Amino acid sequence: MNPDELDNFLSLRSYINGFSYSYADLALFNKIKEGFPDNCRNKRNISRWFGHIKVLSTNNKPKLSTCLISSKSDDTDMSLDQLILNKLADCKEIDSLHFASERNLDHQKVVGAIKSLVALPGNYVEVNQQQTSNWDLTDEGKLFMCNGSYEYILYNSIPKDGILQKELMKIANAKIGFSKAMTLGWIKIDKSHENGPTVFRKAENVSDVVKDLLTAIQDKKSVSDKQIQDLKKRKLISPIISKFYLVSKGQGFKTTIEKPEADLTFEMLQDNSWKEKTFKEYNFSAKGSPIASGYLHPLMKVKSEFRRIFLDMGFSEMPTSRFVENGFWNFDALFQPQQHPARDAHDTFFISDPEMTCSTQFPEDYLTRVKETHEEGGYGSTGYNYDWKISEAQKNILRTHTTAVSAKMLYLLAQEKEFKPAKMFSVDRVFRNETLDATHLAEFHQIEGVVADKNLTLGHLIGVLSAFFKKLGLEKLKFKPAYNPYTEPSMEIFSYHPGLKKWVEIGNSGMFRPEMLLPMGIPKDVNVIAWGLSLERPTMIKYGINNIRELIGPKVNLNMIYENPICRLHKM
Amino acid sequence: MPTITVDQKTLFERLGRSYSQEEFEDECFDFGIELDDVVVENEETKYKIDIPANRYDLLCVEGLSRALNVFRSKVKVPGFIVNESIEKMVIDESVQNVRPYCVAAVLRNFKFTEENYNSFILLQDKLHQNIGRERSLVSIGTHDLDTIKGPFTYKALPPKSIKFQPLNQDSVMDAPEMFDKFRQTYLKPYLQIIESAPLYPVITDSNGIVLSLPPIINGDHSKITLNTKNIFIEVTAKDHKKARIVLDTICAMFSEYCSDKFSCESVEIETKEGNFVTPKMEIRTEICSAKEMCLKSGITDLTPDQVADLLSRMYLPSTCDGDKVSVNIGPTRHDVLHQCDIEEDIAIAYGYNNISKEIPGIYTIGTEQEINKLSNSVREELAQAGFTEVLTFSLCSKDDISSSLRIPKAVENAVHIANPKTFEFQVVRTQLLPGILKTVSSNRKMPLPLKLFEVNDIVIKSKDEDTGCKNFRNICVLYCGKTSGFEVVHGVLDKLMVALNEKNYSIRQSSDPMFFSGRGADVLLADKSIGHMGILHPEVLANFDITLPCSVLELNLEHFV
Repeated sequence: MNPDELDNFLSLRSYINGFSYSYADLALFNKIKEGFPDNCRNKRNISRWFGHIKVLSTNNKPKLSTCLISSKSDDTDMSLDQLILNKLADCKEIDSLHFASERNLDHQKVVGAIKSLVALPGNYVEVNQQQTSNWDLTDEGKLFMCNGSYEYILYNSIPKDGILQKELMKIANAKIGFSKAMTLGWIKIDKSHENGPTVFRKAENVSDVVKDLLTAIQDKKSVSDKQIQDLKKRKLISPIISKFYLVSKGQGFKTTIEKPEADLTFEMLQDNSWKEKTFKEYNFSAKGSPIASGYLHPLMKVKSEFRRIFLDMGFSEMPTSRFVENGFWNFDALFQPQQHPARDAHDTFFISDPEMTCSTQFPEDYLTRVKETHEEGGYGSTGYNYDWKISEAQKNILRTHTTAVSAKMLYLLAQEKEFKPAKMFSVDRVFRNETLDATHLAEFHQIEGVVADKNLTLGHLIGVLSAFFKKLGLEKLKFKPAYNPYTEPSMEIFSYHPGLKKWVEIGNSGMFRPEMLLPMGIPKDVNVIAWGLSLERPTMIKYGINNIRELIGPKVNLNMIYENPICRLHKM
Repeated sequence: MPTITVDQKTLFERLGRSYSQEEFEDECFDFGIELDDVVVENEETKYKIDIPANRYDLLCVEGLSRALNVFRSKVKVPGFIVNESIEKMVIDESVQNVRPYCVAAVLRNFKFTEENYNSFILLQDKLHQNIGRERSLVSIGTHDLDTIKGPFTYKALPPKSIKFQPLNQDSVMDAPEMFDKFRQTYLKPYLQIIESAPLYPVITDSNGIVLSLPPIINGDHSKITLNTKNIFIEVTAKDHKKARIVLDTICAMFSEYCSDKFSCESVEIETKEGNFVTPKMEIRTEICSAKEMCLKSGITDLTPDQVADLLSRMYLPSTCDGDKVSVNIGPTRHDVLHQCDIEEDIAIAYGYNNISKEIPGIYTIGTEQEINKLSNSVREELAQAGFTEVLTFSLCSKDDISSSLRIPKAVENAVHIANPKTFEFQVVRTQLLPGILKTVSSNRKMPLPLKLFEVNDIVIKSKDEDTGCKNFRNICVLYCGKTSGFEVVHGVLDKLMVALNEKNYSIRQSSDPMFFSGRGADVLLADKSIGHMGILHPEVLANFDITLPCSVLELNLEHFV
């Protein structure tokens, strides 16, 4: 192609062939790079193409598919394992060493390719590992190859009329050369010569046998054992052990390599190719992929579980969506005296706005009965004998327990025309203005259960608690006398913790005092049993969390929420 | 629950036997006290024991060991003798407005040892802390009677005119000087009890010597020493009943060290309304049916005799006549207000763990609160949509709900806490958003995007409720990533509306300052706003220390119940 045509050709194209860099570009580039013809240099399009290919040729290999000059099959572009298979198709057996040297390849690479063929499922090839011991020239041996053996050098250094032994021995390695040459009968010595001991040639013509032998070894020609032993003794050769492989066709031999599939795909199902494909082994010891998912909070999971337990037992949920209470329902209705430390600002959050509940909001006659019971007693009680103030009852607070709601529910129950037994529960937030530490927050969740019926006894309370905690997987319970201002008798509930090997307090319980129930109008023969526990404590035990701040609040690490088991309380 | 520290050796000596720790724990458990901790100090083993808050008689080793010995049937409840008054206390009307009540007693021929002296001081401390509510309701002064001379006067005087040498101080000073001095000491918390009163209460003897300035400090003049023989005890209070309980308790506990064991001497109290003597050391007798009392415990196998025995072990000496049990409630058992307290003692003495279990025979059907049922379904929906539930606090700072969200007026609707210990507890949240934003802020290293939600209560002022405050159940959904993800949050709204079977909703662009301009909207249900959504304003993000864009949706769930 003349330069004008080429320039014209390239005016519309970036490459000689197609849309990418190919051997066609490279071939032309190589052809014209030596002495870039002057008539090309002023061709704008050729120059542009030339500069472009120059950059590409330094670090890019041309694309094969569009290669024009690769029409004759070229080994170097084929993968090594494919080459081996192709070769094996034509012969019975391949010797890896041979194969490597024939193609001037690194033997290790050939071995690698063979191993990958072996690893392919489907038994492509059979492999037989072999070992040859060969002889290699030592450095000294190599020196012999260049310069000849010491004895040969020594022989050639002797002039026709001899040389003084003294002089002769000045050549390098003369000592070895001398004794060898003597043994071979190449030289003789005249010790009685007038000038002193003199060495003469004895043989007329010698050939360097050692060098010839070494040459034969290097050329891998056979050499007799004795000769080998001699050379070995002279440290001119050393043994080399080389491992190589004899590769032959396996049962499933074919020349097309099918890479095993990593996965079953839609296409394979479509074209039924899954039947012929081989599949990579799955790594069962690795982790699966992380799953993008939503998660529920562990405390809420435990909460749901507790609700389910109550519902299973036929309890009805109380309306506890009411964080702000007044002193009346939170304390006074429960017969908790107004000077009780729990009503102190150290323990309870008071509300500054809106500060009070209007006094008309309380049921008037009930309020009077509550006041009288606190002040003077009644209903069989001595009362607390103090001045009960409505202003304390009116104070708005953040409820310190959900029992405030239970009290209101019991009051409503008492207003029904005819008493109906009731089983009620709640799980909701309560607030304490306490000092915060690893297990205490200003707000936490209280779980509460209440049963009201005629003639309930402490035995019933123990029975209900046993049934309830059995559902949590806690069967070993014991009860300790305790004091609560609004229950009598009161019992703390302990459970044996097999992990900690001790009894752990798990809740509080009791029977509501008559001073609380009778002013409400609950019939005298009705007893009310109740118990409570925190939601956080069992959750922390269940999920092994030591600091409550790692469970609730904005400082919680989301990983804690992402990584936790489903909640099966009875499997604690 | 008060905790007292007692010397193990002394306790075991008094109990007449020694215990392994486990044995002692078991005995405590059955009795209703708890061995909280065991500490070894200077080679002496000390037990820290938790005492129920209503048992003031167990707050010293004397009372505790006596009650345990009675419980173990080792000794009987002692009978207390009150001798006739010699001393008199005159209560002046002037104390009416500051600390109106005073009662007193005398313990004669008392023998102090170093050990009982310490116990005597410790009991006063415990009584001050518990029933005395840090001295605000009741405070105790004890004096060497031989250094003072009755009759005594309890009156209120102008602070400047009260001059005496306070206990363990080396000079005479007036009340304001004392207050200045005590402000640096452990007495500081008590000063505010009377500080704002125009007149301070003071007890003086007939020579004008100041015994005490209740509830702050005693005079040095009359202080108790190990050589004190006769003790004068005065108890001043804002609550008469509590004053009597405290005085009874001290006399009941420490009269055992008088030469005439378990006897004390009364003091005549003179008031404008009339005179009376204290301590009463009264025994109240209740006559109750044994059968009725056992009914509540569910104990069926006790005879009235056995009931009386069990009660006697609980420091309530009792006898029976047929089914009628006479229960004597002495001065150490002021906690007994009602028959139910006696019934509890029967159950304790019988052993809670010996009572047989029963299941109430009631047929009931469990029901859920509709709002909670709905919340749980919505929570499931959101988690299934790939969002993660967080749980944040109901309390937060004023800024969190207002200025940080660029809506300063929001504090007006909020419920405010009067006594927060930190800024974090100033108000109840009016939105769920601040808590979620704080969660985002402290989870910066998590892979993006963060998709969070919370379904929980907020509280807003409302005339609908008696307290003027009403809870609302809200849903808050947040997306935080490299891009705002507004369309994701919008998608969540659409999904929720499908889940709630609500077709009649619409979105109207708003100018809510919380949101990035043009990217905020109200969510309407038939023209009524039920929430909002939008891309948060960059200043809001900065206020919560968030560097990535966030989109949020917050809805009130109550409309869907």
